[in-house]
Amino acid sequence: MTQFIFTFLNGLTLAGLYFLVASGLTLIFGLMRVINLAHGAFYLLAGYVSWTIADKTDNWFYGAVAGALTLGVFGTLVYVLLLRKFQYEELRVALITLGVSLVLAQAMLAIFGGDYYQTNSPESVSFSVPIPGLGLSYPFFRIFVLILAIIVAVGLWVFISKTRYGAIIRAGVDDTTMVSALGINVQAVFIWIFFLGSVLVGFAGSVGGTTNSFGMGTDGDYLLFSLQVVIIGGLGSIGGVAIGSFLVGVIGQFATGYYPTFAGIITFAMLILILAFRPQGILGKKQ
Amino acid sequence: MSDLIISGVEAGYGHVRVLHGINLKVSDKPVALMGRNGMGKTTLAQAIMGINATTAGTITYGDVTLTGLTPTKIAQAGIGYVPQGRRVFPSLTVDEHLRILEKRTSKWTAKKVYELFPRLAERKKNGGAMLSGGEQQMLAIGRALMTDPTLLLMDEPSEGLAPAIVEHLGNSLRDLVAQGQRVLLIEQNLKFASTLCDEIVILSNGEIQATVSSKELRASAELQNKYLGVA
Repeated sequence: MTQFIFTFLNGLTLAGLYFLVASGLTLIFGLMRVINLAHGAFYLLAGYVSWTIADKTDNWFYGAVAGALTLGVFGTLVYVLLLRKFQYEELRVALITLGVSLVLAQAMLAIFGGDYYQTNSPESVSFSVPIPGLGLSYPFFRIFVLILAIIVAVGLWVFISKTRYGAIIRAGVDDTTMVSALGINVQAVFIWIFFLGSVLVGFAGSVGGTTNSFGMGTDGDYLLFSLQVVIIGGLGSIGGVAIGSFLVGVIGQFATGYYPTFAGIITFAMLILILAFRPQGILGKKQ
Repeated sequence: MSDLIISGVEAGYGHVRVLHGINLKVSDKPVALMGRNGMGKTTLAQAIMGINATTAGTITYGDVTLTGLTPTKIAQAGIGYVPQGRRVFPSLTVDEHLRILEKRTSKWTAKKVYELFPRLAERKKNGGAMLSGGEQQMLAIGRALMTDPTLLLMDEPSEGLAPAIVEHLGNSLRDLVAQGQRVLLIEQNLKFASTLCDEIVILSNGEIQATVSSKELRASAELQNKYLGVA
């Protein structure tokens, strides 16, 4: 029972982290059809940036803000300088972002070495909360991550479904050409989306680099997780990312906890099953 | 006011050329471009909007050369586009379609569009995908008007609509024309086209075949058969 509850809580809080990571990917992927294979490398870069700043300033929040903003700027530059020209050529975009990912990974390895890092969590949230009725306690920081994910989810949902700018984004998802034929500068919208998506992955890297250790190979893992989440949930849907994160997080944790040998197989079997019955993902629209 | 001048425009898809040197001028009077299916009408509309690249010729609007510009710039130059098939946004409500285009300085407001098409006001909160064909068409026109176009480019607005709706739409559009709205109408429905336009340009096999008055065309079964394939 204890193991069950802990596994569930771990899965749920991990789902919060996955949501933060994948929401940026789904914005970029969903609106702009840009398959950013450097998403995992962005995550890892944010981890290193926020670790460095938090270490220097002794303040976790400065680190998180630095991670988010650095990635926002970096991601926007990658988009404007490398991707914009080839935006509608999926294979080229995939290859360019894969290249960016490899270069980044090697550069980070050269600078930070092969050791694993983990940012210290801020003291104000580094305590444990008792789980009622079980006589056990659970680290509050992980719950804090879940709360952050919920705040970001609600914020994104309000932004996309209730604001004028969000309506332009939805219109862009429906019919990019038609939006531009109405005199709306879709290019500027794209730049903002890429910035926002990169800020989100930057923030996710800062948070995830605190709950989990990171280093060489983390980029590939998190790219895989976020692709899984986005494909399961459905392209460009915030609700879909929430569901996808929940499934990948919780089922992944149960698989790892109870059947560690088959953990990878179980989550991918889930992905294959969902794709077989709903190729557009759980909340995705038919193309 | 600026004229739309299309001279020697060629366009197509891949190696297939659809338009073979189109010359056309739209000034104050509304013009209808007619022709059978597959004659290049929509290709021309998309060439004007910069959605389809032209391979030769130029399109100018006033002092602005439209050829080579992005659809965004072309719309900003004053051309309001009502595409074939309406292309309303399924994820947006009726109201959002208009609000995303509302500017403080614009002549057209959501309120004015609702006055022109009261039916849309009743459907304000409905999603684009939940509208009837006629409502979608009204929305597509209202949306284009929100960009304050000096020229309204409509591609087969009557397509697939019931006759009563077509008539209603024709009346609303006639009011607009009476208020000085310039129109380039692409149509297959002669009755609808002639409620708006006296001048009808016939497009066939990617070339302008003739310019006739709508009265003349309506009166002659022979001309209709020749140009439109209907009699």
